[in-house]
Amino acid sequence: MSTTPIKFYQVGSFAIGNRLLSAEDRSIQSDPDRTNALTSGHRACQGCGEALGARYALDAAMRATDDKIIAVNATGCLEVFSTPYPESSWRIAWLHSLFGNAPAVATGVAAALKAQGKSDIRVIGQGGDGATVDIGFGALSGMFERNDDVLYICYDNEAYMNTGVQRSGATPPAARTATTQAVGENPGNVFGQGKNLPRIAMAHEIPYVATATVADLRDLEAKIIKAMSFRGARYIHVLVPCPLGWGSESCDTIKIARLATQSGLFPVFEAESGEVTSSTPIRHRVNVEEYLKIQVRYSHLFSPNRRDDVIDLLQATADKNISRYNLISDQSGSI
Amino acid sequence: MLRQVEGSKAVADTVAACRPQVICAYPISPQTHIVEGLSQLVKNGSLEGCEFINVESEFAAMSVAIGASATGARTYTATASQGLLYMVEAVYNASGLGLPIVMTVANRAIGAPINIWNDHSDSMSQRDSGWIQLYAETNQEAADLHVQAFKIAEDLSLPVMVCMDGFILTHAYERVDVPEQTQIDKFLPPFVPRQVLDPSNPVSIGAMVGPEAFTEVKYMAHMKNQLALEIIPKVAKDFQEIFGRSSGGLVRGYKLDGADTVVIALGSILGTIKDVVDEMVAADIAIGVLGIIAFRPFPTEAVRAALSKAKRVIVLEKAFQIGIGGIVIENVRTSLRGSSIKDYTVIAGLGGRPITKDSLRRYLDSAIVDGVEDLTFLDLDQELADSEILREVW
Repeated sequence: MSTTPIKFYQVGSFAIGNRLLSAEDRSIQSDPDRTNALTSGHRACQGCGEALGARYALDAAMRATDDKIIAVNATGCLEVFSTPYPESSWRIAWLHSLFGNAPAVATGVAAALKAQGKSDIRVIGQGGDGATVDIGFGALSGMFERNDDVLYICYDNEAYMNTGVQRSGATPPAARTATTQAVGENPGNVFGQGKNLPRIAMAHEIPYVATATVADLRDLEAKIIKAMSFRGARYIHVLVPCPLGWGSESCDTIKIARLATQSGLFPVFEAESGEVTSSTPIRHRVNVEEYLKIQVRYSHLFSPNRRDDVIDLLQATADKNISRYNLISDQSGSI
Repeated sequence: MLRQVEGSKAVADTVAACRPQVICAYPISPQTHIVEGLSQLVKNGSLEGCEFINVESEFAAMSVAIGASATGARTYTATASQGLLYMVEAVYNASGLGLPIVMTVANRAIGAPINIWNDHSDSMSQRDSGWIQLYAETNQEAADLHVQAFKIAEDLSLPVMVCMDGFILTHAYERVDVPEQTQIDKFLPPFVPRQVLDPSNPVSIGAMVGPEAFTEVKYMAHMKNQLALEIIPKVAKDFQEIFGRSSGGLVRGYKLDGADTVVIALGSILGTIKDVVDEMVAADIAIGVLGIIAFRPFPTEAVRAALSKAKRVIVLEKAFQIGIGGIVIENVRTSLRGSSIKDYTVIAGLGGRPITKDSLRRYLDSAIVDGVEDLTFLDLDQELADSEILREVW
């Protein structure tokens, strides 16, 4: 699949338009011979962004490597819903060890493959935001620093969903979780905390870092395929809305991910060797309020009293992203 | 080949000759010389086809080992003390996944208070981890046990910890017949993993298991661990045939014939104990020694057989369980069940305190006439300890 931007003639819509493309340019998931790395029957919730993101990511990785991948999974929803013994939804070689060690286990897999002369087999580490930005952060930084030949994918749903929606280092400010509840003077998660892992990954000057969301799955596929064209440590951070934790409708997962990007709250970009090389412009800019108001985790910003002060702070975060990553192009709509 | 060599170097050269494919390590005293030696052998090209990974923690060291072993590579790491505790979650994971990783534990105390010197608190804390545990008496045995450990691990698809006393063995120069490459190649075939991550035959490893099958999985782990009681002596016998010396096995008796009193211990302290026992036997005292080499699985039957004629057992331990007393003694009692053998525990050598022949002789002279408490801390400064307890508690 080429990574050249494709011009659609349905300007103003987000239609993927597979049928208008040549076979090799179509989404991998539209291929009747797609690989189904994560097959149906698993136990993810309806509308799970992580299941969707993981399937697209791993199928794209299989496409890019002639199916030669080994995945190492951190403990978390993705692991639990896919492999309740004696069932498994994985049709790839897959290993789960612990919550905090997936990057190091992936390093071990890559080292073994190198020692065995099997450099055609590629290694993917994957986990949620808790496994990535918190408990597995040391192992991830070690893997980056050694530039081990691993693509690590973080499926970020912005809290510890598997244990019941507790705050992680990736939980955004103001969001309510089970440990940052919507009570007190400043309900929800506090401002001024949290880790920006894509930027931390960039600081390691690894060959490739990218962000993506499940709202633009073609973009996710393209970035996975691009990542597989590099050797060394690579990092892709995918925003995956969680209907359970975010308090959103299962049918709104894609919509919410899109609003995250179109508001500027989640910048979509790529970086190589520590420098941003591209960002995806916002096509229809929206206020952060559009994104916030359809999630129960932010409902305390709207009732019983509207908290314009907090909403303004979140808007400022989005505005900062927009200027930092140059997310407004001439084609972007105004608010 | 006979060499005057540091214990760590003997182990490094022996491990290298076992042709590991992935070595990962984080430095901690007194393990460092082993992994320094191995890193040099990889870097200078004499250990071909091996990846040496400098990791950022012991937790990562065991995690890298897990990934490498699950991908079919012969995998080695080494640690000690706090490092072993730091990797504990992954230690249990390695045995739960049935991965034949070999790890040296250069035995060292656990803090606080921080202390870099030798005792067995670190590896003893992992006695329930599902790993096989072997304890070396000498540097010769430390080297030999590593060769056997790979064989045992890969035969059973279980991880093996080779425990050698920090500094006392790791940093001691003595004569060692370092196993030859040709002998090791004859003894240790290439690693054939039981299950492997392979895209052409994809399997899921590490599934979640609920209440409906968890007991069965743990029972199977126990039974598999128990199989080592048959494998370990067999491997020691095969080793003797190829290398021409006795090394390893479950237990090793010394002057047990006619011994009323048997002193049980693990590791390098057996040498000092044997010296004292030699003097006592020379003075017509009926005393012998039983060294436990395989502590996990615990050789209940072998210990029972060795103690069948004894009237009194003294267990010397370099670790203990705060709140109850000895660790090894609790295990030895499974061998004493139904017998009228008296038992005593002596805790000695904690945090590197020297266990002198004089102290040991004084203790044993009292013990053989039942003149000691059930639990003794050798060379304890009772007055100092009591005064501090008084000051803190009252």
